Amino acid sequence: MSALPVLLPAAERLARAAEREREQGCAPFRLEASHGVMLLALFAVGCGIAQAQGGVDKPSTLETLLKWTPVLAKGFAFNLAISFLAMAIGTVAGFFLGAARISLMAPVRGGAWVTINFFRNAPWLVLLFYCMLLLPFQVKVFGVTIPIPDWTKATLGLALPVMANVAEIVRGAIQSIPTTQWEAAHSLAFNRRQTFWMIIIPQCVKRMLPPWMNLYAILTMSTVLVSIVGVNDMMSQTQRVLSAESRPELLLAFYSYVLLWFFAYCYPIARWTVRLEARYAVRQ
Amino acid sequence: MNATVDKGGAEPIVELRDVHQAFGSSEIIKGVSFSVPKGGVVCIIGPSGAGKSTLLRCINGLVPIQKGTIRVARFQVHALKTDAERIALRKEVSMVFQQYNLFPHKTALENVMMAPIHVLREDPKEVRERAVALMKKVGLEAKHAAYPGELSGGQQQRVAIARSLAMRPEVMLFDEVTAALDPETVKEVLNTIQELAREGMTCILVTHEMRFARELADEVIFTDDGKIVETGPPAELFDHPREERTRAFLSQVL
Repeated sequence: MSALPVLLPAAERLARAAEREREQGCAPFRLEASHGVMLLALFAVGCGIAQAQGGVDKPSTLETLLKWTPVLAKGFAFNLAISFLAMAIGTVAGFFLGAARISLMAPVRGGAWVTINFFRNAPWLVLLFYCMLLLPFQVKVFGVTIPIPDWTKATLGLALPVMANVAEIVRGAIQSIPTTQWEAAHSLAFNRRQTFWMIIIPQCVKRMLPPWMNLYAILTMSTVLVSIVGVNDMMSQTQRVLSAESRPELLLAFYSYVLLWFFAYCYPIARWTVRLEARYAVRQ
Repeated sequence: MNATVDKGGAEPIVELRDVHQAFGSSEIIKGVSFSVPKGGVVCIIGPSGAGKSTLLRCINGLVPIQKGTIRVARFQVHALKTDAERIALRKEVSMVFQQYNLFPHKTALENVMMAPIHVLREDPKEVRERAVALMKKVGLEAKHAAYPGELSGGQQQRVAIARSLAMRPEVMLFDEVTAALDPETVKEVLNTIQELAREGMTCILVTHEMRFARELADEVIFTDDGKIVETGPPAELFDHPREERTRAFLSQVL
């Protein structure tokens, strides 16, 4: 009984948070400036530890970081390239998959539903492994051997969940347009295709943009998964650098440095998304 | 249960015979017949839930019917199977909605121009001239570049009328077009419709504006519970209703 008063505030806090969530839905996690500050602090602690443990005869932590930065940056560029490509492929495929969800043909609708739910609910890493292992390392077209490098397969592997998530975003946006818009367009003798492309989709773009950018930020952070399947991204490069240096005390400093890079890239996207959402909310 | 407006005995342009329409298991229209001659103005009145709006949607093929026949000009609406056939019909029949339903991502003028350019494939320059003239006709020549969200309800509804007129339809359907408007703007929309009717446009209106119906209609149809209760020229129906149900309704709304 004596523990109860101590527990109560926390229990109350949780209850209130749950209540809020029921009312407004779960707020999506957003990067904020304070997260950057925390990361910087972590980085500083990492550097401090490395410095303290490193001893005097070795080059300083910052010096080491700086020395390897070009190598890490090259890896980061690879992360970005994979994120762009996977997003582009996933967006195009997801757009048509989402549109298929409102097809008048039941088999198309059903097929799209199965596809979306499979790829949306499968773990990203599992999909990545599927693509790495199931796709051949080269194909022969008219006697010409075309190699399929690992990073292409990894990009495809990441494009699959992106596709399914984009499809959901597209479907949600289309269905958020009042059916009276379809009715009005049909009354003006627009056919279904014209109505879709000229009247519905243009109105959807504004609604789709914020969740689409959110998805991109998630994808960018997920690109480090490709290091597991042997692609030379920033994460793999960091591992290599660390084993080359063979100084375990650098571990925290280097990995928080990697985190900072990703934060610096994703934070502006998150801020921009928030602004777009606010602008959209006012207009609606 | 037949209503025919006699205008020189010409072939009616809209003709409904024993129309039945059900949504799922609930029957909404239970055997409705009436016809409208070219240039005629028919007002459909009645309590909410009488199936008035559904009836209009049957006429332009938005809602399929289960039994009966609907003919509009040369189209047997009940027999239209494909999208292409329905589109041919809708080029002749325009509809104006209670909630305006303008396209919010297009300006007022673009709203008016869109269908003639993309559906009728007419020359954009000609369509533009026509659209400008129509905007003037509905009294909105200063609002070409305004988006629907920047217009008042009455202005939006007039743009919607201009948008329908731009298709040069044979028949216009009005679905409670003033129901969502505040009383002051109702008049500007009604004036626009009145002008159209005077110019000889065939109009079928679902309306709650009894005074307007009395002034404008050649024929008033009182519906209740999916059926036509009574029909007649406005002077007759409003002043000397034959049916008890009509009398009860009119005493409520007049």
